[in-house]
Amino acid sequence: MLSRTADNLYWIARYLERAETMARLLEVGSRIALLPSTGEGYRSEWESLLQASGTAIGFARKYGEPVQRNIESYLFFDQDNPSSVASCIVGARENGRIVRTALTTQVWDALNTVFQELRGLQRTERRELDLSRLTEWTMRHTAMLRGAIDATLLRNDGYDFLNLGYYLERADNTARLMDVKYYVLLPQVDFVGSGRDNYQWTTLLRAMSAHRAFHWAYGGEVTAGKIAHFLILNPQCPRSLLTSIAGAQTHLARLSLQYGRGTPALQHADALQAHLQTQSVDTVFEEGLHEFLTRFIHEVAVLGGQVHTAYLSGDIR
Amino acid sequence: MPGYFNEMYQDDAVRRPYRQLEDWMRAMPDAFRSLKQAEAEALFRRIGITFAVYGEGGDPDRLIPFDMFPRVFAQDEWRKLDRGVKQRARALNAFLVDIYGRGEIVRAGKVPGRLIYQNAAYEKAVAGFTPPRGVYSHIVGIDIVRTGADDFFVLEDNCRTPSGVSYMLENREIMMRMFPALFRENRIEPVDQYPQILRRTLASVAPQKCDRDPVIVILTPGHFNSAYYEHSFLADLMGIELVEGQDLFVEGEYVYMRTTEGPRKVDVIYRRIDDAYIDPLCFRPDSMLGIPGLMDVYRSGGVTIASAPGAGVADDKAVYTFVPDMIRFYLGEEPILQNVHTWQCGKADDLQYVLEHLAELVVKEVHGSGGYGMLVGPKSTKAEVAAFGLRVKADPGNYIAQPTLALSTTPTFVAEGIAPRHVDLRPYCLVGERVELVPGGLTRVALTEGSLVVNSSQGGGVKDTWVLAE
Repeated sequence: MLSRTADNLYWIARYLERAETMARLLEVGSRIALLPSTGEGYRSEWESLLQASGTAIGFARKYGEPVQRNIESYLFFDQDNPSSVASCIVGARENGRIVRTALTTQVWDALNTVFQELRGLQRTERRELDLSRLTEWTMRHTAMLRGAIDATLLRNDGYDFLNLGYYLERADNTARLMDVKYYVLLPQVDFVGSGRDNYQWTTLLRAMSAHRAFHWAYGGEVTAGKIAHFLILNPQCPRSLLTSIAGAQTHLARLSLQYGRGTPALQHADALQAHLQTQSVDTVFEEGLHEFLTRFIHEVAVLGGQVHTAYLSGDIR
Repeated sequence: MPGYFNEMYQDDAVRRPYRQLEDWMRAMPDAFRSLKQAEAEALFRRIGITFAVYGEGGDPDRLIPFDMFPRVFAQDEWRKLDRGVKQRARALNAFLVDIYGRGEIVRAGKVPGRLIYQNAAYEKAVAGFTPPRGVYSHIVGIDIVRTGADDFFVLEDNCRTPSGVSYMLENREIMMRMFPALFRENRIEPVDQYPQILRRTLASVAPQKCDRDPVIVILTPGHFNSAYYEHSFLADLMGIELVEGQDLFVEGEYVYMRTTEGPRKVDVIYRRIDDAYIDPLCFRPDSMLGIPGLMDVYRSGGVTIASAPGAGVADDKAVYTFVPDMIRFYLGEEPILQNVHTWQCGKADDLQYVLEHLAELVVKEVHGSGGYGMLVGPKSTKAEVAAFGLRVKADPGNYIAQPTLALSTTPTFVAEGIAPRHVDLRPYCLVGERVELVPGGLTRVALTEGSLVVNSSQGGGVKDTWVLAE
């Protein structure tokens, strides 16, 4: 397959996953903001959201003060923000248009529909759109796309590149969502383990549509340890770091088999997966959750770079 | 509408090829018709047959209006077109081989050398090089208009990269989906073999150095190009890669494409970008679309480019007037399809005639296309005619003029019901080891009442084109 085609497929998936994460982040932010304010008021929650999504600098340049409404606009509609839901959907659809013949009618239909509906939302008065409607809309469409891809696409190398995009983006995004918690808590270390702390953790689970799953998997009290285990180390959780890395590893291994050659990317994915399997909640907290997540996000970025070099750049010989 | 040949009705009688359609048309209630029209539009959107227009605001994906009323040719009518089109395609290719070779037609005094060797489309870079099988133009689109039962004129030849064939295929596909009964009642020649024939044609002109099943690609300027859909559609139907310049690179004596499994050698490039952009080392140095070094590989026989660089000189509007001479000169045959009489404004006598008769003529820029930069005398105001006259006087060599042709009409669905509208025809002739033409083509229709301009950029639509089997 053309390297550029592989690149387009990979980015369709990355954009879709990112759009979903942005919607989830907005959900987390609005729920945390419903709590009576911590030291600096609503500001710190929203600030942390921007920090975690890596959009704080761009936002500050455009709007200055983090006001909820502006943050919503920036993260959902603003096409100056390359990570906004709208930017991601437009990006996914444009990548899809380029490789249309590599997609099935169902996948293209789903991609085109979300794009057309986005156009409709952009024309709608903002006061008629509440945040939960926007986030639900995003998650519904990304799920439909995922379904169309799984149900109709040929299981060839193109399918592997799509999935690589999904898993790498998800690994990065789950880590970032967890990091929101870090930013929120940072000035209030003595809150750890308090009822308030647990409420924030629960919100995080909710945002990942995983709070029920969590209770089924663990039962009893919500604790930071259990949640960290669930989102980082539990292979049953569909968004955990381990699941994401294992997914990327699977598709890299399939590609190596099909093409008859191994890559540094596969070796790195193997190593990352093995490393996660030896970790426990204690070792993660010992290292510091934020430090662990920062290191992980970096590793995933390195892996993304290796995938690019091996397959997407077209420079291999 | 007196004076225009109506392809369906002759003296109130229905002409033979349209007989079945008469019943179909009468049996269709208005409500049903608009329902079907909406269905057709939804299908086009769904399949994504749009042409992208960026930079004008609004939805970048536009639809070309599709008219459900088919345009029909009887077998004997088509046979003449078939022979005429193939004859022309052969002569044009012989001409190209000649002018990049010994230039016999110039030596024989049939065509002035100035017109060829000083033509902007003449590529010195390929002089002396003959492409595989002596084919320069592998896909020849010939624009034909009809003025009477037996009168067909060639309006222009397209030897570079004629577009629109995807509409020929999709119009048929959509008609078959929407009106299957029509296809049972009429015996209509199929057109869906076109992509296979195109693929075979391209494979047949692979370079001699290629000793395997040739790897063929389509080279597109990219997804912002208005014809991008057509490029991806054809690539898909032929099962070949659609590449951009950045996907190809030259190493040693070959061209390769960048794939996820490493470099893959490419043997035939069906390019949909202009000569000027294909190789920045040979042509425009500022081109970002091309492949540096491609022309060196081409000239050393490492890759075939279709259509060949330099083919454009044959479809120049000034060279057009000599096509009947080419047919006699190279093939020793009489032209089957007629040329439209053309005045060269570059010639003093012609210029005088044109300026005196502007209001009756169609005047076009020599290198213009898409219905832009032209004057349709009888349809223009006095002021427009006068203004155009000044432009012609300022640069006469840049203009040609033709009589305003009485383009035939076919019934067309319009807001008020069914009405005659003017049409033209573009068949796509494939030239490789063999010269082939699928029975059909693209019929363009001027949807505005009285309009003679069928270009989609000027409010034209398209129709399915039928050739009836014996």
